[in-house]
Amino acid sequence: MKKIKVKLHFPRKWISKPLMSEVISRYGIVFNILHADISYDSEGTLIAEISGNDDAVENALEYIDSVGVRYKLYNKSIIRREDECIHCGACTAVCPSAALTMDADNKLNFDKEKCLVCELCIKACPLGIISTEF
Amino acid sequence: MKTIAQINQKIKDGRAVVVTAEEIIGIVDEKGYEQAAELVDVVTTGTFGPMCSSGVFINFGHSDPPIKMKTVSLNDVPAYAGLAAVDAYIGATEVSTTKGMAYGGGHVIQELVAGKDVRLKAFADGTDCYPRKSIETTINKYNVNQIYMYNPRNAYQNYPAATNSTKKTIYTYMGTLLPEFGNITYSTSGELSPLLNDPYYRTIGLGTRIFLGGGEGYVTWQGTQHNPEQARGENGVPVSLAGTIAVTGDLRGMSEEFVRGAVYDRYGVSLFVGIGVPIPILDEEMLRFTAVRNSEIITSIADKSGQVKLSETFTYEQLQSGSVEFKGEQVRTSPLSSISKAREIAGILKEWIEKGDFLLTEAVAPLPLKNKINKLEIREVK
Repeated sequence: MKKIKVKLHFPRKWISKPLMSEVISRYGIVFNILHADISYDSEGTLIAEISGNDDAVENALEYIDSVGVRYKLYNKSIIRREDECIHCGACTAVCPSAALTMDADNKLNFDKEKCLVCELCIKACPLGIISTEF
Repeated sequence: MKTIAQINQKIKDGRAVVVTAEEIIGIVDEKGYEQAAELVDVVTTGTFGPMCSSGVFINFGHSDPPIKMKTVSLNDVPAYAGLAAVDAYIGATEVSTTKGMAYGGGHVIQELVAGKDVRLKAFADGTDCYPRKSIETTINKYNVNQIYMYNPRNAYQNYPAATNSTKKTIYTYMGTLLPEFGNITYSTSGELSPLLNDPYYRTIGLGTRIFLGGGEGYVTWQGTQHNPEQARGENGVPVSLAGTIAVTGDLRGMSEEFVRGAVYDRYGVSLFVGIGVPIPILDEEMLRFTAVRNSEIITSIADKSGQVKLSETFTYEQLQSGSVEFKGEQVRTSPLSSISKAREIAGILKEWIEKGDFLLTEAVAPLPLKNKINKLEIREVK
């Protein structure tokens, strides 16, 4: 089993193919869309989590590449120096996927699964304690 | 009816009943205002937010030969030295001449509070009585003569939430605001906030002893832009920008836990300051004031791009829920002021009072209830 997070770049004027359903039916993978911003007349991006057996995931990526959609694997993740966090909440203002939220106790909650690694929180943190790690 | 002297006697005897501004709400729900007012002696408040109008006075001591410092920098952050020979004031928002916005007065203050060495550079013209023309050394909070925070404006009684009407992301002191009302930020500790618990400044005034940055401090004056004439709700709580306080306290008693330098992306440097104010429950009216809850505190909202005048209002209960309905859509709301730290501060102040380490003070003079806010007019200069 393999689980990866990937960002797909759709070129401008990309002739619409049923890409998602094709990779799903051909390779038997699970394709979980985390964030999508795609339209006909401009470049689009889609962030997804792909899981399945090792070969299937590899083959699916090869197929995606072969139809002209570029992809980037996320090998980084967001970390924060928790002991220094003051739980102000400034980072939650920019987090597009609500991976960073305030919990009922007014403490910062980070849901790594939802994180798109967009890195907007790094600059939004007034204490500069958020960074990426490989 | 109780007097501050009576409450202080109870504190000394270890009999005072002290609760936080959150805890008092549950007590009122259970016992009602009248009984709660008899039971409780002190309600403690707290706030831990970015407060730009903050800074520190330092007297460095005289070198041999002496210098009348004309320009001063601490870790390359300029300080104001237009005072006596070795006095200076470093403001929280001043930025580094070498690192720009990434480091500034707020960070220098945090390092000083932490007891770290800070690099002092000063230049002078040289005079007969102060012949030295330059000096470079390190200082810390223990080897200078005086080092005290003097913050001209802290603990705003209420503050408008912020949003952005334009098509571009804007970067403000209220955080990063996404296009087309994409998010809302707000800065308050709400029902825990000092001046929201004493809306008419009946007990908070000049000389009030407070928790400041982890140590003891005092309210010294009305804060700049003190605006007591703001519209108020039926409960007396202002519905937008209102009262402020100037505070002072010795850096030697403070802790880095409650004084933190901050950077707001593409805006600049600020300083998180922890403040806690004890409120004596003199009578049922004071008890009612301190029992105010987030659902009863309203604030306005401002378009930080300055394009659109907004008339919507929200309660802090709504804002703290994580999203509100605004312009027909569900919009995410994010705090900028740490409520969990505010709660911690109110808790520490409660402990100090319970232990008998911290007595309440009678204000020497009240904060004004009348004060007009002037605009800076651009007049012809002759």
